[in-house]
Amino acid sequence: MNASPTSSSRVAGRLSARRRSLASAAFVGVVLGVLGMLYAALAPGGQASTSADPAVQRGRDLYNQGCSSCHGFAGVGARRAPSLIGVGAASVDFQVGTGRMPLQHHGPEAPRSRVRYSQQEILDLAAYVASLGPGPGIPQFNDADWQKADTAYGGSLFRTNCAQCHNFAGSGGDLTYGKYAPSLSKSTPRQIYEAMVTGPENMPVFGDKQITPDQKLAIINYVRTIKSQADPGGAGLGRVGPVSETVVGWLAGIGILVIVTLWIGARA
Amino acid sequence: MADTSKSGAGETAARKGLRYVDDRLGTAGFLKRSFNKVFPDHWSFLLGEIALYSFVIVLLTGVYLTLFFHPSSSEVVYNGSYQPLRGVPMTDAYASTLHLSFDVRGGLLMRQIHHWAAILFVCSIAVHMFRVFFTGAFRKPRTLNWHIGVTLFILAVLEGFAGYSLPDDLLSGTGIRIAYSVMESIPVVGTYLAYFVFGSNFPGVDFIPRLFIIHVLLVPGILLALISAHMMIIWHQKHTDFPGPGKTEHNVVGTPFYPTFLIKTNGFLFLVFGVCAALGTFAQINPVWLYGPYNPSQVSAGSQPDWYIFFLEGSLRLMPNLESNIWGHTISWNILVPGVVLPGIMFNLLYAYPSLEAWITKDRGFHNLLQRPRDMPVRTGLGVMSLTFYGILYIAGQNDVIANTFHWSLQGTTWVLRVLIIIGPPISFYIARRWCLGLQHHDEELLHHGHETGIIRRLPSGEYIEVTKPLPPERAEVLAMQLGHDLSGHAALPSSENGHGPSGNGHRPVGMMARARGALEGFFFERHEPPRANPEDDEPKTLTRP
Repeated sequence: MNASPTSSSRVAGRLSARRRSLASAAFVGVVLGVLGMLYAALAPGGQASTSADPAVQRGRDLYNQGCSSCHGFAGVGARRAPSLIGVGAASVDFQVGTGRMPLQHHGPEAPRSRVRYSQQEILDLAAYVASLGPGPGIPQFNDADWQKADTAYGGSLFRTNCAQCHNFAGSGGDLTYGKYAPSLSKSTPRQIYEAMVTGPENMPVFGDKQITPDQKLAIINYVRTIKSQADPGGAGLGRVGPVSETVVGWLAGIGILVIVTLWIGARA
Repeated sequence: MADTSKSGAGETAARKGLRYVDDRLGTAGFLKRSFNKVFPDHWSFLLGEIALYSFVIVLLTGVYLTLFFHPSSSEVVYNGSYQPLRGVPMTDAYASTLHLSFDVRGGLLMRQIHHWAAILFVCSIAVHMFRVFFTGAFRKPRTLNWHIGVTLFILAVLEGFAGYSLPDDLLSGTGIRIAYSVMESIPVVGTYLAYFVFGSNFPGVDFIPRLFIIHVLLVPGILLALISAHMMIIWHQKHTDFPGPGKTEHNVVGTPFYPTFLIKTNGFLFLVFGVCAALGTFAQINPVWLYGPYNPSQVSAGSQPDWYIFFLEGSLRLMPNLESNIWGHTISWNILVPGVVLPGIMFNLLYAYPSLEAWITKDRGFHNLLQRPRDMPVRTGLGVMSLTFYGILYIAGQNDVIANTFHWSLQGTTWVLRVLIIIGPPISFYIARRWCLGLQHHDEELLHHGHETGIIRRLPSGEYIEVTKPLPPERAEVLAMQLGHDLSGHAALPSSENGHGPSGNGHRPVGMMARARGALEGFFFERHEPPRANPEDDEPKTLTRP
């Protein structure tokens, strides 16, 4: 900062035009330096600035032990796993909370699995990853919020946006090359919401401008209503449509009748 | 005395009633003949009855459904008791199906029994057709009845598809959309045909009322008429039977229609009823409320038709994506071939098979005795080959559900099935034919050596003999006939009269078609073991100790 007066004294009196241009260059340098320091102070993601939060500190320790071997230190990503800067707390809560992370093996799809971390540990990890860069946070709503949403409207939204992969009743469906849309039978309302805002695995992100928070709650209500609803017609047969009905038709239907014909024939 | 007169009076009253009818219609002779009609006993002859009785169930339950179903595409807002759809706009057809399912007493049960019975109807037709095919029951004089049967099968499939489509739910609407596109794929007339059938562009408002009339009036009427014709022809021609002691081409051995057969078949009717009712009670089928109303912008993962359309779904899924453009018109081979050409070939082959086989074997005789699958290895092989082809298409129709269930790659299943559809049928033909020949071989051994007893006897000379127990003579006689031997010697009959051997009249065939026919005939009757000309060869094997 005080380099410009010394340089100006060195060349003083000889080239006033050059002096002027050097002065302006020095001014630009000062402004950039100030801006840079301001950015460093105000922008999120700096480890030094967030280390005050104990949750983030605990989360960083957990991260360094359990996640950094694939995702790299400070979530920068590596050859085997993507960067976690900017994925947000919701993503961590979904991936770790459904047991998809830590990943058991590489494949087209991370399957739902046993949850390896406690609820507190997941929140700590989420806080740490959220501190790396801004992203969707863990949605805050309680059961009453989604339970009062419009089920039928949620059903229409579900059939328009979700059913083509997750099937009409959320039983799951197949995607290309070994990928699949999982069954929603084990998903909690929070996980369904998080999936919509973060787009895990092969799922697209349904941002709040595509599907508003109220609409998301309606979808959750529909999924949960369908799940808890008994099948009025007897055994639901997995709710996958005619394929399971066909198996029952051939085995229990015509199969039993053919055995009956054998029985009648044997008594002739 | 008083008792006698009383019973006599009662008898007279009953007789009076019968005489009243008989005097006016002359039915006594018909009834007498009919009551004494003889039906042979074999379990496989009951398979067709499953079809008949499930059709009866479908008719009865279907009548109940028509009382509540509205075949209308007009839009309504659902306000019934199924909460997750309240306030959703839908067609009246779908709303009335929901009403039928949730607000009509017994409605859901009737719907489910109707649907399960329809599934069993098509299943049992297929199983019955296997029996008729593999036993050669389609041969003269029953060729016409085979044709009627194939028509019944096709109509049953159409009828089932129409019924599946009527509720206008998301799943069935997807199926209709595919059917519309298959129609459109027909060159030149496709779009006109689709417009003609739907009355407008897809989906339009005319289709559901039209489909309803097709489903409840047109096709059931034709089905009823053809089933009647099918059974009258059976009645007239009398039932076939497997060869057995005392059974010839000119008699029928079995139980009389009245009372034995009638009671048995009625019992069977109730068993079929029972299975349909049990399925309808305990197994949910076509939960339209879960599918939601049809909306062309929506589709569900795992959208499948009912089983009898799986093969078409499968052929569409396996077909590579081919399209060509001729003078500005697109021809979608990827839909035309699997959706129109393939089923056309398959059903025409079904119609033509009896004539094709008769042409190849030059078999113009009457056949009232059935063959076992092993008696005609090539026919059995062709049947198994066709079933393999059909089965692979059938599996391909649900490959996404299979891939998802077993965590396989969807593309992987498609490619495996594409390869299998080419190499599977010939392999299955080879295996089935070899299997039949092996069974024939076994039969020959039974006939000439009898059953093994496990006893080896040593003769005074030191020679060891394996002791076999010959078949009972009546069993041997039947087996000899089934293997195509005449009863005196063991040489294959040189004539085709019993359908077991080539005509072999010694003349060289003239003309290309005749030569082709001759070659096919040779293939049809080719055996891998030489005919046993010398009975001495058939002596029991002896073991000699040095």
